[in-house]
Amino acid sequence: MRRISAKLLVCVVAATFGCKKEQGSGAAGAGANGPIVIGEVGSMTGTEATFGTSSDRGIQLATKEVNTAGGIKGRQLQVIALDDQGKPEEAATATTRLIASEHVTALLGEVASTRSLFMAPKAQQAKVPMVSPSSTNEKVTAVGDYIFRACFIDPFQGYVMAKFATGTLHLKKAAVLRDVRNDYSVGLAKVFSENFAKLGGQIVDNESYSSGDVDFKAQLTNIKATAPEALYVPGYYTDVGLIARQAREVGLTIPLLGGDGWDSEKLYEIGGAALEGSYFSNHYSVDDPSPRIQEFVGKFKKEFGGQVPDSLAAQAYDAAGMLYDAMKRANDLSGPAIRDALAQTKGYKGVTGDITMDEKRNPVKPAVVLKVGKGGKYEFSGRVQPEGLAETNPAEMPRATPDTQQPKKTEGNTAPNAAPGSMPTPTTTPPVGGSVSPAQTAAVTGQPQGVPSGEHPKR
Amino acid sequence: MTDFFQHIVDGVSLGAIYALIALGYTMVYGVLQLINFAHGDVFMLGSMIGWYASSRWTQEAAHPSWLGALGVTLVSIMACAATGFFIERFGYRPLRASPKLNSLITAIGFSFLLEYGGQVVFGPNPRAFGALPIDPSDQFRLLGVAISYVDVLCIGVSVALMVTLQRIIFHSRMGTAMRAVSWNPSVAALMGVNIDRVISFTFVLGSVLAAVAGILYASAFRKVEPLMGLMPGLKAFVAAVLGGIGNVQGAMLGGLILGLAEQLVSSYVSSSWKDAIAFSILILILLVKPSGLLGKGTAEKV
Repeated sequence: MRRISAKLLVCVVAATFGCKKEQGSGAAGAGANGPIVIGEVGSMTGTEATFGTSSDRGIQLATKEVNTAGGIKGRQLQVIALDDQGKPEEAATATTRLIASEHVTALLGEVASTRSLFMAPKAQQAKVPMVSPSSTNEKVTAVGDYIFRACFIDPFQGYVMAKFATGTLHLKKAAVLRDVRNDYSVGLAKVFSENFAKLGGQIVDNESYSSGDVDFKAQLTNIKATAPEALYVPGYYTDVGLIARQAREVGLTIPLLGGDGWDSEKLYEIGGAALEGSYFSNHYSVDDPSPRIQEFVGKFKKEFGGQVPDSLAAQAYDAAGMLYDAMKRANDLSGPAIRDALAQTKGYKGVTGDITMDEKRNPVKPAVVLKVGKGGKYEFSGRVQPEGLAETNPAEMPRATPDTQQPKKTEGNTAPNAAPGSMPTPTTTPPVGGSVSPAQTAAVTGQPQGVPSGEHPKR
Repeated sequence: MTDFFQHIVDGVSLGAIYALIALGYTMVYGVLQLINFAHGDVFMLGSMIGWYASSRWTQEAAHPSWLGALGVTLVSIMACAATGFFIERFGYRPLRASPKLNSLITAIGFSFLLEYGGQVVFGPNPRAFGALPIDPSDQFRLLGVAISYVDVLCIGVSVALMVTLQRIIFHSRMGTAMRAVSWNPSVAALMGVNIDRVISFTFVLGSVLAAVAGILYASAFRKVEPLMGLMPGLKAFVAAVLGGIGNVQGAMLGGLILGLAEQLVSSYVSSSWKDAIAFSILILILLVKPSGLLGKGTAEKV
């Protein structure tokens, strides 16, 4: 009994203390001299465990660098990372906990779009800036003006692969196998199909599966009957590994094409030789000779015992770096001030490319295409620039045809970037403040997949 | 048409595995009138122990051999048999006199224990594991249909085990005792049948079948994880009910129907519908024949 009351006392004290800190939550940074608390949500376990653990390492590295250099505004950074086991509900719970009881200044996460979409409304409501390292679904940043990302968006990724398939591989017929339970997969499949058709190709079959399935032979047998030259599988690595194996089992020998959800050392562990000769779009390549990338790879290997950073680690490193950069530039550490500074990010020298925020809080930057080679090694196969962005690398293979294209940045939305110190008024984009339900979000983005046709990087 | 036969082969191969798991449900139900919900997780344990044994001891992945595969299978059979025995001995036996609902809830508890205990012990990440030295891509062609040796093995082993089971139940002393207990436990006890031993034997036998199913499943799909028992377990349960729970041939038939239905629905309708349609078939059959396809009311069990 005594114990219990002692515990209670501790709880009460903690609660009072918590209340005091709460004044700062979302507004002025918590506590004047303590560390600045950053919340991280990731899938450290579960079928997408490497997404969370890789991202966590990238964030750790970025945080350590800032702390070694003296922190931000004279204060050290402290990252509280919570595991969501790859479950959207857990991601939402973790976010609530980080905001309500840890009083985080900003949030980093999630990797998967589905889970970021569960986090974003909570961050938006509490006015806590959130930067997703790798959620590529368009809907994520459409939730509200406090939600940012450090990666390109699905329409671009789908476009990259369509461009690569038609331009570099000279393919005419492709089939699509998408994960119907995953916003990311559905989004990529849709944009790939549209662009592939637009670029002169033909989608001969469109099949689906649900993440977690283990038997894909029925769909693959159907696909085989339509004789495509490539199969686009924009899923996550565990499923893709199994799909690749079973594709070879039913006698499909064509290359598989995919997106950044493939990026994990587990991909090859599960899929093995069946994956060799397949391609996927990604954020960066460790083989890229650019000094910025090689420096990062070196630092990362040194920090984590020789581990090679996958693109999720690089993205998370950039997301954290971008956030910290904005926090340094911000007038103070309140949510709105950091938000404004993030929105003004221009030419931030990230590992995955120069990051400039467009008015929808999405970075404009190039993508790379990697080939799965012998023994699971990724070979750099090309780089695809967003349309309207100046080429920076003369060596790249496929590129957007320069004619008739519209600079992507000026599309649709004419709201200017936030003026310093004031809240922006993006009248044509997502609702600002208040709670944004998923339904509203869907209404804002217009289509269930969140891929309004007017915003494709189209020709 | 070739595609159609291809779907049939894949469906039969999947159905054979469901049938093996379903046998465990059906035997326990036959003897105890208890649905052992932990059975799907014993199946998972078969796969996971196999993965563990092969990655720790036989280095199966690096040096695949039939002998190693046999060793791994035996280890996982023994582990599952022991688990089945312990679950019955310490979970269900103390509750045998209480209402059936108590045992049912205990079964669900054991199911969670195995699933989440498995996550703690083995880690929650999916692992690549194929127990056998043959890959599903090793195959031969029969009239244009690709049949992998793994499929052949799945079907062959399942059929062999079912025939053996049939012989045990109908042509051995223990089988006779099982049928006697299923008929009426108290009368069987009066006639000198050691009920505890018979029931333990039933659980061990079911768990052995689940272990074999686990190894075959891993060989066919090459991915194992602690929550993998959930869906196959549920489907095998459905298969057992479909065929008439308590009836061994029924479980085999139910497994095949379910495997085929799944394959055909996902190939000709949509994979999103496969479970919905497979389970609708169950409802329809139970509406027409409440005791299942081969069930005979309450008359003969096991």
